[in-house]
Amino acid sequence: MMLPMSLAETGTVSAGEEVFFWVVAPLAVLAALGLLFARKAVYAAMCVVFVMISLAGFYIVQEALFLGVAQIVVYTGAIMMLFLFVLMLVGVDASDSVVETLKGQRWIGALAGAGLIALVAAVAMRASMPAPRGLAEANADTNPVGVARLLFSDYVLVVEVAGVLLVTAAVGAVVLTRAERLRPKPTQKDVADAKMAAFAAEGARIRGLPAPGVYARHNAADVPALGADGRPIDESVPRVLRIRGQQRSIASVSPELAAQLAASTSSHAGDGGARSVTQSGQPGMPGTEPAPGTVTVDGERPTSQSTEDTGTKRAEQEEQQ
Amino acid sequence: MSLVNYLVLSGILFSIGAVAVLLRRNSIIALMGVELMLNAANLMLITFARWHGNLHGEVFAFFVMLVAAAEVVIGLAIVVSIFRTRRSASIDDVNLLKN
Repeated sequence: MMLPMSLAETGTVSAGEEVFFWVVAPLAVLAALGLLFARKAVYAAMCVVFVMISLAGFYIVQEALFLGVAQIVVYTGAIMMLFLFVLMLVGVDASDSVVETLKGQRWIGALAGAGLIALVAAVAMRASMPAPRGLAEANADTNPVGVARLLFSDYVLVVEVAGVLLVTAAVGAVVLTRAERLRPKPTQKDVADAKMAAFAAEGARIRGLPAPGVYARHNAADVPALGADGRPIDESVPRVLRIRGQQRSIASVSPELAAQLAASTSSHAGDGGARSVTQSGQPGMPGTEPAPGTVTVDGERPTSQSTEDTGTKRAEQEEQQ
Repeated sequence: MSLVNYLVLSGILFSIGAVAVLLRRNSIIALMGVELMLNAANLMLITFARWHGNLHGEVFAFFVMLVAAAEVVIGLAIVVSIFRTRRSASIDDVNLLKN
């Protein structure tokens, strides 16, 4: 971005830059104050994101195009998103406590901040400095090229050290956040032994739980599966749904099945569980209807099936020809 | 408008960041205050680079940005590991060395 340069001659910035400054700077200060006053950490993070984007605007306006882009990519894109990730990890509702542990800390802190502002502003405004020169000369080959020349000539050793620093930081983060394994990792045999012990002790289930919707009239996760005996297995609904009370009964999904179940349990109530299980009658299973393609008692095939078969045969013959 | 306005803005942002570090209890917000201070310093470095007409200040700001990235990674890793052991992100709860 090439801006008309009058800084070297007049010592003041262009009118466009002045307008940009007076529009964005108050907003940036307001957003920075949001960091102080926002009760929720996520709001504070979004305020800091706004401050950083407006700072990127200032960098670009001040002829530091490379750093302006790096500010957006590194700060708002990487660092603040890392902050947001950790906020989500730690818990968004981990809100700040309002209690003052040190008496009067808030007023002393505010006073110190105001004093710091006054001090820095006084120094900046009263110091005698040379006339501003502008970067037109240094940015002759565009700003990124100028920065790169300097970075890889005068500061090449610092670049190497910075690489070491970054690698150390990455390794340090991995080491710090690695979870300690407090007990040995359970093997497959350990898991099986534990299941058998639980079964021996309290008759717990050995196998895995059936998925919800098995043999059921509905495939949603909140409807219990039906066992082979036709009864709903409540454990097949995920535990979270059960604890929240979001489990649905069979009756709410398929009233006729529930009525059937109730009838079968009442009719078999007295026989001590030794009840005869009839064929399921599911489509494609042997049961109430003759399976497709089988010869019925009359020796004839079902009509619809036979026409379909001849149709496919005809198609095959045509293909062979 | 002269470039001094940028310096004043930088001072204001730096002070707000410093006050945030002093006053906020949430360790993540305190770290954000540190970030704000580093950014304010960067704005000042870039303004002075423009003032003096060479790019050394911008290179310095670049290194500040890089160190800030490393610092944030380590700082947030420490916050996460403290949260794992103490179930809290508040600075007041990290008081094992007290008394």
